[in-house]
Amino acid sequence: MMRLELVKRPQRSALFSMLSPFIAFALTIIAGAVLFALLGVNPLNAFKIYFVEPISQVWQLHELAIKAAPLILIAVGLSVCYKANIWNIGAEGQFIFGAIFGSAIPVLFPQFEGPLVLPLMLLLGMVGGAAYAAIPAFLKTRFSTNEILTSLMLVYVAQLFLDWLVRGPWRDPQGHGFPQTIQFGDSAVLPELMPDAGRANWGFVFALVAAVLVWILMGRMLKGFEVRVLGSSPRAGRFAGFGLNRMVFFAFLLSGALAGLAGISEVSGAIGQLQPVISPGYGFTAIIVAFLGRLNPLGIIGAGLVLALTYLGGEAVQSALGISDKVARVFQGMLLFFVLGCDTLIHYRIRLIGLALTKQEPAAKIEAAPKLKEAR
Amino acid sequence: MSANHDGTNLLEVRGLTKIFGALTACDHIDLNIAKGEIHALLGENGAGKSTLVKMLFGSLEPNSGEIFWNGQAVRITSPGVAKKLGIGMVFQHFSLFEALTAAENIALSLDDGSPISSIAAKARALSYSYGLPLDPESLVGDLSVGERQRIEIIRCLLQTPQLIILDEPTSVLTPQEADKLFETLERLRAEGKSILYISHRLEEVKRICDRATVLRHGKVVGHCNPREETAASLARMMVGNEVKAVVRAPVDGIETAQPLLEIRSLNRKPATPFSIPLKNVSLNVRAGEVIGIAGVAGNGQGEFFESVSGEVLQQDSASVRIRGKDAGGLTITGRRLLGAAFVPEERLGHGAAPRMKLSENLLLSRHATDGKAFVGSGGMVKGAAVYAAAQRIIEVMDVRKSAPDPEAAALSGGNLQKFIVGRELDRRPSVMVVNQPTWGVDAGAAAHIRQALIELSRSGSAVLVISQDLDELFEISDAIAVMHNGELSKPMPIADATFEKVGLLMGGAEPGHAEHTLETA
Repeated sequence: MMRLELVKRPQRSALFSMLSPFIAFALTIIAGAVLFALLGVNPLNAFKIYFVEPISQVWQLHELAIKAAPLILIAVGLSVCYKANIWNIGAEGQFIFGAIFGSAIPVLFPQFEGPLVLPLMLLLGMVGGAAYAAIPAFLKTRFSTNEILTSLMLVYVAQLFLDWLVRGPWRDPQGHGFPQTIQFGDSAVLPELMPDAGRANWGFVFALVAAVLVWILMGRMLKGFEVRVLGSSPRAGRFAGFGLNRMVFFAFLLSGALAGLAGISEVSGAIGQLQPVISPGYGFTAIIVAFLGRLNPLGIIGAGLVLALTYLGGEAVQSALGISDKVARVFQGMLLFFVLGCDTLIHYRIRLIGLALTKQEPAAKIEAAPKLKEAR
Repeated sequence: MSANHDGTNLLEVRGLTKIFGALTACDHIDLNIAKGEIHALLGENGAGKSTLVKMLFGSLEPNSGEIFWNGQAVRITSPGVAKKLGIGMVFQHFSLFEALTAAENIALSLDDGSPISSIAAKARALSYSYGLPLDPESLVGDLSVGERQRIEIIRCLLQTPQLIILDEPTSVLTPQEADKLFETLERLRAEGKSILYISHRLEEVKRICDRATVLRHGKVVGHCNPREETAASLARMMVGNEVKAVVRAPVDGIETAQPLLEIRSLNRKPATPFSIPLKNVSLNVRAGEVIGIAGVAGNGQGEFFESVSGEVLQQDSASVRIRGKDAGGLTITGRRLLGAAFVPEERLGHGAAPRMKLSENLLLSRHATDGKAFVGSGGMVKGAAVYAAAQRIIEVMDVRKSAPDPEAAALSGGNLQKFIVGRELDRRPSVMVVNQPTWGVDAGAAAHIRQALIELSRSGSAVLVISQDLDELFEISDAIAVMHNGELSKPMPIADATFEKVGLLMGGAEPGHAEHTLETA
């Protein structure tokens, strides 16, 4: 009988902390090669189709930006939560509620037009996402519920609510019974950045601006300091006079607002109307983006582009090789698995223990297995 | 070397070395322990005492060197091996389950499957024969710290060790409890058992130890007979140079001085089943004086500190008053803004965030009080100003560090404490509340911190010091109050206070009785 044990390392290697996302990416490529080989596809050819061809032309880069924008926006918000040791897993639901709130204007008041429409929609989108995120925040501060469960379960509520809306009260009467709202009017559509070159819209700019602003917030401002103190040593945070409950609301509202902004940007930019499904799981993929980006907003920009590529690559191998586009999910899953694995091994080393020896082990040396939060 | 080289040595250590990375924690240590002696291991924090002891107990493996047990070379690869040889250890921090009885705790560590009832009977017999009365059926959670230590000692004795290692055993005891412990140790010595006694309390080492080995920076700097030394000469050996004595000038007219910190009938219900309720605690600290609060650990000092600091709020806002204003309803930030400063007992994780730089840890307690200096418009942190202030504190307090602005966790405990105390002193607070100001701090730094606290009070501030170290309290306090079981005695002026009187109160004697004797004195 053997036993595996994780023993905390006295020192973390700064070098490997930095390299960890790259090692994780390399491991994902290796595992992906095995996967493709088992599917009977030449891995080199598959990788070319998966990772290179989707970004070899300018219009394709625009598609990349369209996919990356929501991922970055959401992940930047989530990074604040995770730095504060608050586990918002429900960004997908906040994304959907942002889209619903923001869409209320073009759907309910289609005759309202002008330059005010879009800013109002974006604002309402942020309010919607923040309001939906306030629910798990309230439950956590008031009843000490676990925010992982409540925020996750609220995702399904949001998905079903959207489904009901577009099949019921908000359905386009002239839509031949299709479950979708009317097409948004011109003043409710997020403009494209360079219409001649590709479809990328202002959502990508919002993402970059949000990343830079949150980077300043976390690194240069007292509020960001508060987030980091409460997340890393809550007792020291209380000694500093920072309120944990206030922080729960701050982190949830901020990440909810950014997810909501991503939602309304996606709907008013890339889609142009509400439909039963408006996200290929951006809210969940953004969790991977946040960790792959080391919870650093600038790193998240890069990680968002990489994960956006896994979506495009998934579509590409489906059309070129006939492999299910679920392969994108597999790649995303492997990436998260490897990045968390690398982070764990940076903080801990593995010790194999035969049962005969375990009896004499001093209990004090054995650390509890790491939780997800240790992966930061 | 020692005279004992004729085979009567129970334990001989030759050239024992332990290296951690760049640090040589133990550097060719030689140590002989004879049969039937109490041998002191002296040294400041970080001198290598714990590392040496861990190697003797099998928790750490030496890089080089030899250990002889009864003349035989041995390798102590695990605590189990150490126990089999006959080495027992009583740790400074107990490892007991509060929700279990004493006998159950003992059974857990023996791990030999004997029934609890027979263990309880053995423990009871043993405890009475050594003058350490203990009820094996009692829940650990209900026991005093001294009683918990007895469990640890009896647990160790049940394994009939030849050598017993005691790590700072009296740091948690009242003077009277310590006297009892010394009797037990002398009895064990008379039975021919050997004891390795780790302490930094020089007076008690002089009192009970036959020989001493002094460590400094991982090396043995001397073997001596502590009875022939003075406390000062032992301290010099430990520290390597003269430790400046703390000077405390008497203050005139303190009776008429303004109370800056007033605590009036402070009550607090226990937050957890094992925390102590505060009962009707009242105390005034006036401008210009240092009041010390003595007490055995775990008698409500932590709860008291949290209540005074504002980490826990009071229902009655008049129960804590700072500079004449009701502060019971104010958060720690509000109380700081009234001019109070706080230093908690735990450094890492409470007084400082371990993974943050010293400059960030400066911001931790001063972002509100020095808002103008450290935080600019729109909530931007003025990094340069914070960094400069941190460097100023590092300089004033002589904080030794390896990088210009290292993470708090990278500092030794003593240096981090100097920074944390300095961070508050730098504000010139009118009220300073410190819990365990020099716990684990080396002698030189401790003297520095104590002197700084006295000077703060003499410049017109009210200083409240909670400490388990009676020597420290007698050195710096103008009056000493005692906390026992969540109740606080009246402060007695230092001129009237004696170790014995304070010790009786620490052990739970009626406060009324002690006060009465004071008044008639």
